[in-house]
Amino acid sequence: MAKKHLVIDPITRIEGHLRIEAIIDENNVVTDAYSSSTMFRGIEEILKGRDPRDCGLLAMRICGVCTGTHYQRSIEAVEHAFNVTIPKNARLVRNLIQGALYVHDHIVHFYHLHALDWVDITEALKADPKKTVAEAQKWAKVAGDRPWNASEDNYKAVQERVEKYIKQGRLGIFGNAYWGSKGFKLTPEQNLIGLSHYLDALEIQRELGKMMAIFGGKNPHPQSFVVGGVTCVQDIKNPARIAEFKQILKAGRKFTKQAYLPDVYMAGTMYADEALEGIGGGLGNFMSYGDFNMDDLPFYEASKLFPSGIVKNKDLSKVYEVNQEKITEDVTHAWYEGSTNLHPYDGETKPNFTGFGKKEDNIAYLDTENKYSWIKSPLYDDERMEVGPLARMIVGVAKGDERISKYVTTFLKNGNLPTKVLFSTVGRTAARAIETELMCDVMMEWCDELASNVAHGDLSTWTEFDFDSVSGDVQGYGMAEAPRGGLGHWVKIKDGKVANYQAVVPSTWNAAPRDYKGRLGAYEASLVGTKVANPDQPLEILRTVHSFDPCIACAVHIIDTNGKELGVYKVDPIGGTSRA
Amino acid sequence: MIDSTEMVKKVFTQKSGRVDTNRGDEYYNSLFENAKNRLSTLREQEPLKDIDMMDVIESEGVNRRDFMKWVSATTATLMLPPMFAPLVAEATELMNRVPVIWLELQDCAGNTEALLRSSAPTVDDLLFDVLSLEFHHALMAGAGHDAEHQLDEAMEHFKDNYLLFVEGSIPMGMNGNYGTIGPSGETFHDHLQRISKHAAAVVAVGTCATFGGVPAASPNPTGAVGVMDIVKGKPIINIPACPANPANMVGVVLHYILTGQVPELDSLLRPKFAFGYRIHDNCERRAHFDAGEFVEEWGDVGAQNNWCLYKVGCKGPMTFNNCSIIRYNEGTNWPIGAGHGCIGCSEPDFWDKYAYQRPMASANIKAPTGGVEKTVDEFGLGLLTATTVGIGVHAVASAVAGKKSGEEGEDK
Repeated sequence: MAKKHLVIDPITRIEGHLRIEAIIDENNVVTDAYSSSTMFRGIEEILKGRDPRDCGLLAMRICGVCTGTHYQRSIEAVEHAFNVTIPKNARLVRNLIQGALYVHDHIVHFYHLHALDWVDITEALKADPKKTVAEAQKWAKVAGDRPWNASEDNYKAVQERVEKYIKQGRLGIFGNAYWGSKGFKLTPEQNLIGLSHYLDALEIQRELGKMMAIFGGKNPHPQSFVVGGVTCVQDIKNPARIAEFKQILKAGRKFTKQAYLPDVYMAGTMYADEALEGIGGGLGNFMSYGDFNMDDLPFYEASKLFPSGIVKNKDLSKVYEVNQEKITEDVTHAWYEGSTNLHPYDGETKPNFTGFGKKEDNIAYLDTENKYSWIKSPLYDDERMEVGPLARMIVGVAKGDERISKYVTTFLKNGNLPTKVLFSTVGRTAARAIETELMCDVMMEWCDELASNVAHGDLSTWTEFDFDSVSGDVQGYGMAEAPRGGLGHWVKIKDGKVANYQAVVPSTWNAAPRDYKGRLGAYEASLVGTKVANPDQPLEILRTVHSFDPCIACAVHIIDTNGKELGVYKVDPIGGTSRA
Repeated sequence: MIDSTEMVKKVFTQKSGRVDTNRGDEYYNSLFENAKNRLSTLREQEPLKDIDMMDVIESEGVNRRDFMKWVSATTATLMLPPMFAPLVAEATELMNRVPVIWLELQDCAGNTEALLRSSAPTVDDLLFDVLSLEFHHALMAGAGHDAEHQLDEAMEHFKDNYLLFVEGSIPMGMNGNYGTIGPSGETFHDHLQRISKHAAAVVAVGTCATFGGVPAASPNPTGAVGVMDIVKGKPIINIPACPANPANMVGVVLHYILTGQVPELDSLLRPKFAFGYRIHDNCERRAHFDAGEFVEEWGDVGAQNNWCLYKVGCKGPMTFNNCSIIRYNEGTNWPIGAGHGCIGCSEPDFWDKYAYQRPMASANIKAPTGGVEKTVDEFGLGLLTATTVGIGVHAVASAVAGKKSGEEGEDK
């Protein structure tokens, strides 16, 4: 039997437009994979010439999902260039807004963007509600808590609601999916738990969004950061606002401990074979830029909640320090001119669109020997890296960070799991849940710290600076983490205006194509070795790609505007599954 | 926490008078008759889903009284007289008859995120019981060709009846090839044309879809434009803002069900119920503006006392939107509440004209001397006229707009 060539486009339940092509052998195992993206906005070009104090608001719109992260990184880059250190209240508020995003985003990702790769909602209707209660109790016990909303009545109500919905014949957003696929492994009762929590999470995430709004004015796209600090004085002065934040956070923590973690144990156990085999593990190189300043020392001297570092080849015994000077971008397989690896300060973007390869049956295939994506291939010291929650947890453990090690070790111990399960699709998904629990706990401390600081009379929210004297000819970077991984903005400023601007973001690292040495990007590497139960329903491929939480509009945001025509963009097929 | 319902009531019972939204008895009586007829027609139609909305509402723990309270606030949000409240209630119960297709073009998913935060109705009601959301890239289960078939089937099944929501702008540069989608490499432009062809109405959500937004900011590298520059011969409703407020998205749907027509729109195709007045008209910091009390720089004594943000760049006096009333995230807060000036995100070209932290030199706002309000109002009217003219040449205007020149500096 010949090899098959799968085309999946669009990949849905992500942000942005992504296409995956995979070659599978006669045993339905992926032997090669290609990740590609389209769609441009040119935000860096738009930022050029603007007042650096205004960049944050616009740079934030690189993404409506990691909303607030780009805002913060952009403002930090300018602050770094101006050498302005923000006051304690501003640091805590920014941490709380960023932390709120982590918790919110991870829960939305697991339930609304990822769960339907694990949970078959049609199977949930066959479940026995009574048995479902026992099942929920079982997994909650593993996680060390009571189960979330686990009553017979609740499960019956969920079944009735969805049954009614299905009977009417129009499944809406649940229509035309892979229901019934052999790739689903949960029992009906487990599926019912997942479905029930999917619905509850819709409600929870709506509440969690309010955390960002309390100090940020709104969610998404908050509006309270300025170069030098934050603006939300009345919200930090008011103890009721901090209490409100804490109240919502508590609800989020409860959901995380009673639903999210047990569900990850449940799914992880049912898909344990794959985890133990390391399916979806990918590159094995992990990098964290680090995130959340824990003290008020100047730039990149403060200690971090998530330390920065690099782990190579899954070897936890050695950690390398991150030096931003070693980050470069390669364009050998991306639709740009040149192949030299340039640092973001000197980043160059000259489009060179070469089109797709062969076209058959109205499907155009990627020209994988040459250029095939608008995403560049970032390198760290000439190596490929994976970024994200898994990288943060792995680097934290390897660095011996007490807090992170405690959460990771407890998770593994409770589930009776070996460390190696982390290096897989399941592990990537689990790392996100572990991190959510950690964030919820630590944010409680930050709320108290903020309340106490304000109660002691410190209302300082902004550091004064003289724009004219600091904005002459300077450069700076803001490097930290988005929920999806390392996110950096680099800015060069001349005469009070932006001279050059580049962002290297999580999905640039993870969704990138091959590099000049032919080495695979993180998505690509993670797919190789995956067995697909049914090539017409490539559920396993979706599951692994979704485990990265793709955010593609962030990754593709650079274009050249020097009047250069890019040639004819031939075709971007949504071919689904096809054979070649 | 401020009760947004109370805020709405307060605003609509006070004598504002600055923006005349009262269309007179004859207009409302006629609209009322239309709505009544429309609802009785809808009642007779075969329901898409056999769901009793009151059951749903009650099962969510909301009693009839709370529901009616919400209805009266929503009626006010839609700028309709109280006699419409029973019809709004009925329309809500019939919401499950409106199929929606949601497209993402040149976007950041911010409006999808905003939709997920909808509180009235909540997002799970929207997804399961209220709308027939047929296609939504970021939420749907199917992928690849299965997703594509879902879209085709919905377009056929609901031909001429679906509401098409569009998020994101349309790149026109390089023959539209900065954004492509679909099996034949369809450009966003062609994709939108095809899918809007049999829509009952097209709702542009967020400032990218309405006026080009972020990608259209100078120098507009991809030649991005909004939906109304592309779709012709269809009712188009613009719900700008970055992101659009979900309350206004739901408001448009409700109004559509209620009357079978798009709500009354301003010259920029924005529903007047949401964009009929300025941020400044109902701002919680307005008294400080009138008293001449301003935040002069971030973190100063004015900031700590919630004074007016005009001098640190608030564009509330030039911006038409209802966020000073309904706020965000169920009334949790809004930018001015969080101490940051309005950036004018519901206005065309706001990235080039408004979104900076200094006052607008050309605003000619003389505060806090006598006759301020007159000056400000004159400015507001002038601006509206200017943007109305501007929209016709929107793409050209944004391409040539100077990013900053002549718009900075304080007005002394």
